[in-house]
Amino acid sequence: MRAFTQHQGVVAPMDRSNVDTDMIIPKQFLKSIKRTGFGPNLFDELRYLDEGKPDQDCSQRPINPDFVLNQDRYRNASVLLARSNFGCGSSREHAPWALDDFGFRVIIAPSFADIFYNNCFKNGLLPIVLKEDVVDKLFLETEENDGYQLSIDLEAKTVTTPSGESFSFEVDDFRRHCLLNGLDDIGVTLEDAGLIRDYEEKRRQTAPWLFNSGN
Amino acid sequence: MAGKTLYDKLWDDHLVKQRDDGSALIYIDRQLLHEVTSPQAFEGLRLAGRKPWRIDANIATPDHNVPTTDRERGIDGIVDPVSRTQVETLDKNCDEFGILEFKIKDMRQGIVHVIGPEQGATLPGMSIVCGDSHTSTHGAFGCLAHGIGTSEVEHVLATQCLVQKKMKNMLVRVDGKLAPGVTGKDVVLAIIGKIGTAGGTGYAIEFGGEAIRGLSMEARMSICNMSIEAGARVGMVAVDDTTIDYVKGRPFAPKGETWDKAVAYWNTLHSDVDAEFDKVVELDGSAIQPQVSWGTSPEMVTGVEGKVPDPEQEADPIKREGIVRALRYMGLKPNQNITDIQLDRVFIGSCTNSRIEDLREAAAVVKGRKVSPSLKQAMVVPGSGLVKAQAEQEGLDKVFIEAGLEWRDPGCSMCLAMNADKLGQGEHCASTSNRNFEGRQGFGGRTHLVSPAMAAAAAVTGHFIDVRELMN
Repeated sequence: MRAFTQHQGVVAPMDRSNVDTDMIIPKQFLKSIKRTGFGPNLFDELRYLDEGKPDQDCSQRPINPDFVLNQDRYRNASVLLARSNFGCGSSREHAPWALDDFGFRVIIAPSFADIFYNNCFKNGLLPIVLKEDVVDKLFLETEENDGYQLSIDLEAKTVTTPSGESFSFEVDDFRRHCLLNGLDDIGVTLEDAGLIRDYEEKRRQTAPWLFNSGN
Repeated sequence: MAGKTLYDKLWDDHLVKQRDDGSALIYIDRQLLHEVTSPQAFEGLRLAGRKPWRIDANIATPDHNVPTTDRERGIDGIVDPVSRTQVETLDKNCDEFGILEFKIKDMRQGIVHVIGPEQGATLPGMSIVCGDSHTSTHGAFGCLAHGIGTSEVEHVLATQCLVQKKMKNMLVRVDGKLAPGVTGKDVVLAIIGKIGTAGGTGYAIEFGGEAIRGLSMEARMSICNMSIEAGARVGMVAVDDTTIDYVKGRPFAPKGETWDKAVAYWNTLHSDVDAEFDKVVELDGSAIQPQVSWGTSPEMVTGVEGKVPDPEQEADPIKREGIVRALRYMGLKPNQNITDIQLDRVFIGSCTNSRIEDLREAAAVVKGRKVSPSLKQAMVVPGSGLVKAQAEQEGLDKVFIEAGLEWRDPGCSMCLAMNADKLGQGEHCASTSNRNFEGRQGFGGRTHLVSPAMAAAAAVTGHFIDVRELMN
């Protein structure tokens, strides 16, 4: 996995709450058996005026000029500023894959849906929870300042504005550790293979019905 | 010291290692696999040169992409080549690793969350995962069941464990008796309407109280299924005789002495009387009406006697904007009666409501009636090949067909429209599925979430109507 330590980038504001994973990447694009290539279809139904289909040349499609990522000042954004309950809905990891493929590295919101939040960390994408009033302030500053950028430091757990104002955020130690070092967490778990085997052996004795493969 | 909640018990029983940083390794008894969220996980295993840890813990079936017609043609019946590749990839991966799969032509094929319980592959007290957020369904059996992403599917394949941090405990207690015509689906929609789509975020929810205790396993599954629509990855109901009677005799269920031993353990799977919850939500079950969603989030829901809300009455500006946007997308007016919403299609199916009891409830309403000529389509998609066979044995297929509904083959179908079953732009659908997000059932489609009985009532009238008016 790609490590994440620090990042500075242009902020794009996604000013609506409950952005769901169907909105982030509609189902017709989940038919791919790959992890890459979802970027052109990120927010497909908001971004384009027509109905998107897999394997289409998106550069030829009519775009929705009102959609935030279609505005010149946000085209190269790598930090997504969002509202509460971002990523609700399905468990599709295609949602963080699409955000990553588009070029986002950080998503800031007052709250995230659990499965989406978890999926981000598996893909080198950092979801940051900041208080509602801080997020409101960042929305205001983003909209008022062309090319507005934020600096994120995972080691220090801070988000810093261009004026030098800094906000700290919380993140689980294990997730932070894996992200900072780009660790493959399967490898980390397999260091405890002995413990897993011991547990399994004990359960075979106490709960043998869990190991019945049907008949 | 306070007693344990059901979630505490399940957590403790599956804890392999508690790490100092607060994360933990949880052992997974069962993983269910389908074609959409598994290909990249198998590919990851291959790239890393890893093998599945415990092959017999996995069961697979294709469900999201399968067509609901022409099934005798098997994989060749999948017209979309991209969908076909995904189903073929699942077959290939399962064959290569020796994983049990109910393939497209197998009688036992169906929606993963229907076939697990049906086979007894979902047993009380198990920890269960699947790359699908509706895995919470299995919590109806007193299971610790999580929806996970593809990286975690790979992690469980490789290690039989999931890295988790313990969640907080929430009890949703539904007291009183449900009125006739009010189902598990109405209960869960009412709960989501009350606590909101993020109300359960960070919590494992246990559903309890008199109304829940009185429900069948099918209805409990519908409730746990939609825990994720309230933000909770995990939803559970304590084990009781209803649970144990349902499991008995199923192919993967234990037998003989092992059965007795299992039952003794399963009977401990309830919260202790002195258990403490971090949050308790109470609902009066007797006051719940049949529910209908009017917006683009499952929390945008009201009783059938209600009205579409007026955004002017909403004080919170973000919520107000959300209502305005939802009404624009849904083509509805503030203060419009729910019963005045005209429909184009009706869909009865999905992992929420495609089990035999759901089909019986819908059939009872349409029996002797005809689908409204104003509808373009009304379809019934059973949850599995076995549900379909059971329904046909009971003659339900004939009831549906005589009333003018289409009787299809099993799969996820129009719940998420990955196959050919979808809504056209601007069409309103009474749907027994679980999500009314923009575009969920088709580009520009407008979904109203309801129970099977309410969908059936809508099918014969062409608009929403309180199903109780049609019941004798």
